[in-house]
Amino acid sequence: MKINYLKAIAYVILIIGGIITILPFLWMLSTSFKTAEQVYVMPPKLIPSNIMFKNYIEVLERIPFTIYFLNSIFVSITLTILTLITSIFSAFAFSKLRFWGRDTIFSIFLATMMVPGEVLIIPNYVTLSHLGWINTHLALIVPWIVSVFAIFLLRQFFLGIPDELYYAAKVDGCSDFMYIWSIMVPLAKPALITIAMLKMIYSWNEFLWPLIVTNTPKMRTLPVGLAVFTTEAGSHYHLLMAAATMIILPMIILYIILQKYIIEGVSRSGLKG
Amino acid sequence: MNNRNTFKSFIKGILYILPALVILGVFRIYPILKSLDMSFYTKYNYFKDVVYERGFDNFIYIFNDEEFIVAIKNTFTFVLGVVPLSISISLFIAIILNSQIKFQSFFRGIYFIPFVTSIVAISAVWRWIYNSEFGILNYFLGLFGIDPIKWLLDPNWAMISLIILSIWKGLGYNIVILLAGLQNIDKQYYLAAKVDGASKAQIFFYITLPLLSPTIFFVSIMSMINSFKVFDEVYVLFDKIPGPMGRCLTMVYYIYDKFANEYVYGIASAAVYILFMIVLFFTIIQLYIGNKKVYYN
Repeated sequence: MKINYLKAIAYVILIIGGIITILPFLWMLSTSFKTAEQVYVMPPKLIPSNIMFKNYIEVLERIPFTIYFLNSIFVSITLTILTLITSIFSAFAFSKLRFWGRDTIFSIFLATMMVPGEVLIIPNYVTLSHLGWINTHLALIVPWIVSVFAIFLLRQFFLGIPDELYYAAKVDGCSDFMYIWSIMVPLAKPALITIAMLKMIYSWNEFLWPLIVTNTPKMRTLPVGLAVFTTEAGSHYHLLMAAATMIILPMIILYIILQKYIIEGVSRSGLKG
Repeated sequence: MNNRNTFKSFIKGILYILPALVILGVFRIYPILKSLDMSFYTKYNYFKDVVYERGFDNFIYIFNDEEFIVAIKNTFTFVLGVVPLSISISLFIAIILNSQIKFQSFFRGIYFIPFVTSIVAISAVWRWIYNSEFGILNYFLGLFGIDPIKWLLDPNWAMISLIILSIWKGLGYNIVILLAGLQNIDKQYYLAAKVDGASKAQIFFYITLPLLSPTIFFVSIMSMINSFKVFDEVYVLFDKIPGPMGRCLTMVYYIYDKFANEYVYGIASAAVYILFMIVLFFTIIQLYIGNKKVYYN
């Protein structure tokens, strides 16, 4: 009897917590469907009287949101693909090849993880401006195509694949590239999806760097565009919420589909290897 | 022969890691040194990249700059406001989730949603939630007879608003890691305790808490490090000002302001290095104690 009582309290707490977590998203969605007048109706209505997409169309017309959207998609997909490629090659070298200085280089790689990104911003900005890359896609992409966390995660995974497989493949005349592509990559698929998802989410949401290296609307990514729009929109919260939904929704959909891999990756970062 | 093989395998290994090596070298390792160097630039032509003079002026400047001192104070207030509460709440929820609850992964999935969403977009949403006249938060408080609060406009509430948003945003990440830590505890300890007739409280304080302590320690440090770097939320929540009367001027905001608005790179770099030293201090503690715990096990 007492146990059931405790259980009930536990569920109530979890449900209240869950509501607090998703209410801001529902409130955002609800406001994004309202007209300018409905937004200021008191008491607030969570379920709008009619679902209309007028605000979304207005946002797309008023600010170059379409361009921001395309920039964000292009930058995050390119970053994800390039990060996967650099991680696969590095993780392969660090786990299967033996060469002088390997472990020292790996330790230096790991040590760079201790440096907060803020330290890199000013000198990287200076480097990029000397290269003439400020306000280009190159500035948004090139400095971030290597993730030490991804290399670390993938190396752990590769270490779990027996070396015998590698030697057997070598005997059969398989080149290293072919071995990586046809054996390692398929086996490491879960780890690769985890890496891709975390990188995708991170790049999509990244703010400070694109804010600093872009200065025209045609180069802005969604978060930077939204920050600019916040001032323009002023008290037009129905438009602001429509814009916010456009940034948030794609990642939530991606998360719902591939939740397992994302949570797996995050859990591992806490359990240390 | 042997030497030639070593050389060949060295070249091969380096070629495989070359892309990573070049990018990390240019954009991760060189900037650490460059940033330190820049913090000593006192006379500098940024366009020509010529340094005329180096010295300690930038550090002297920031430590005499009222704004920087305020930024440090605000950042510490923020960290102290966020971390203990965030860790306690997430620990509480993780423990509930770990106690044979149905729909465990469903709840975990819900709590994790804020982690995958853009801080900028979320801050825009909270800007609307906090609206003093038409915001949903004041409406709810009104149902309990609480007068409307000017969350973002009142200097006394601004920091609290920022802290609430950050706790809300960070809970999911902490819960996922703590839950993974809880599930990692060997079930045998619990069985043994039950056989010995230990009470629930005893099990919690003598088994769960000590065995979970490395994980709790890890999330606390991670959450501290992240909180020291708070910026995006402030920028959007208060729409490009660091809160009313500068109450939410944080260290990264100060750095951003000096760099992107005032173009004083040397001063910004000096402030960056102070932030770096603070973060590094906590990182090293984490590595040091974290490693000790492993031996202890």
